[in-house]
Amino acid sequence: MTIADLPWWITLPAGLLLIVGALLTLVGSIGMLRLSHFYARMHPPSMGNTLGTGCVLLASMLISSGLASRPVIHEILITVFIVTTSPMTAMLLMRAAVHRSGARAQRQLVMRQD
Amino acid sequence: MTDFLDFAVNFAQLCFALAMTCAAIRLLRGPAAQDRVLALDTFYINGMLTLLMLGIRSSTTVYFDMALLIALFGFVGSIALAKFLLRGEVIEP
Amino acid sequence: MRRPPILLISGLVLMWLLLNNTLSPGQVLLGIVVSAGMVLYFRPVRPLQPRVHRPLAAVKLIGRVIVDVIRSNIAVARIVLGLVRERQVRSGFLHIPLDLRDPHGLAALACIITSTPGTVWVDLTRDGSTLTLHVLDLHDERAWIRTIKERYERPLMEIFE
Repeated sequence: MTIADLPWWITLPAGLLLIVGALLTLVGSIGMLRLSHFYARMHPPSMGNTLGTGCVLLASMLISSGLASRPVIHEILITVFIVTTSPMTAMLLMRAAVHRSGARAQRQLVMRQD
Repeated sequence: MTDFLDFAVNFAQLCFALAMTCAAIRLLRGPAAQDRVLALDTFYINGMLTLLMLGIRSSTTVYFDMALLIALFGFVGSIALAKFLLRGEVIEP
Repeated sequence: MRRPPILLISGLVLMWLLLNNTLSPGQVLLGIVVSAGMVLYFRPVRPLQPRVHRPLAAVKLIGRVIVDVIRSNIAVARIVLGLVRERQVRSGFLHIPLDLRDPHGLAALACIITSTPGTVWVDLTRDGSTLTLHVLDLHDERAWIRTIKERYERPLMEIFE
């Protein structure tokens, strides 16, 4: 079975999920570019990490299941990896930012005292 | 009905390309080092999604393995960079 | 002799089968042998074992988290696109007193909080009593504290403690 032979009840939800996921990821990246300071910029990319990736992987699962005529769910592994690993990056980055800005504030304070 | 799927895949690829452009601008511009790490993190997620789109378009499962590897190694890279920013070294004695 | 970690072994077998994308008996057997061997061999490295008391509550919590992720995605998208015009969006840090002490529960709470867009886990004090979050849209601190404590912390305490 090729991609042209897929029935409409697979292509319609898969296409909608792709469009929604792509728009969410794009809005997340635009937010990372647009927002004014680092702590606010931390938030929008996690939209792409969670729901954007989830929608795209669900669509990919639907299409490859339709192509193979049996359930193919190995894309769920990527979802599990992303959902369990992206919080770790975010947490560590946030702590690094707090640490660094704290160090800079302390240095400014010392410079002002001199 | 497959026209709609074609359109959706093209549209998604365009969106991911634009998102990667946003991340690249932030990567080049970003005032602090943590902005650049965050931009790199977003960049590899978008790259992984673009690979998945290629996989849907060519209907093979080869791209799935690549996407999985990008998700794993991108995570390791971001963690290493963030740890370096936090402590000044990656592997502590 | 402690009880062998059945949940961890079955999870690893499931991952092995998903990676190979097959259900043939040979791969099932190989997966069971490899994951059981690795789990038993690496046991001294990982002394803590999670105890899940109420699996049904865990399923309910997962469903609730998915709903919250979708809702907060919409909220963050509105803020990014500038659709919130009626008031100024103010972001800031939030301190929450925490009663949860189980390390696995805390890890799950960190995953939940950071995967919902709009909230990022920043720090936990060394004695585990106060949690610091960064919230993108901090217009009602009490509502945020109540949400975190009642929607996430209480089910996690039921599950893990």
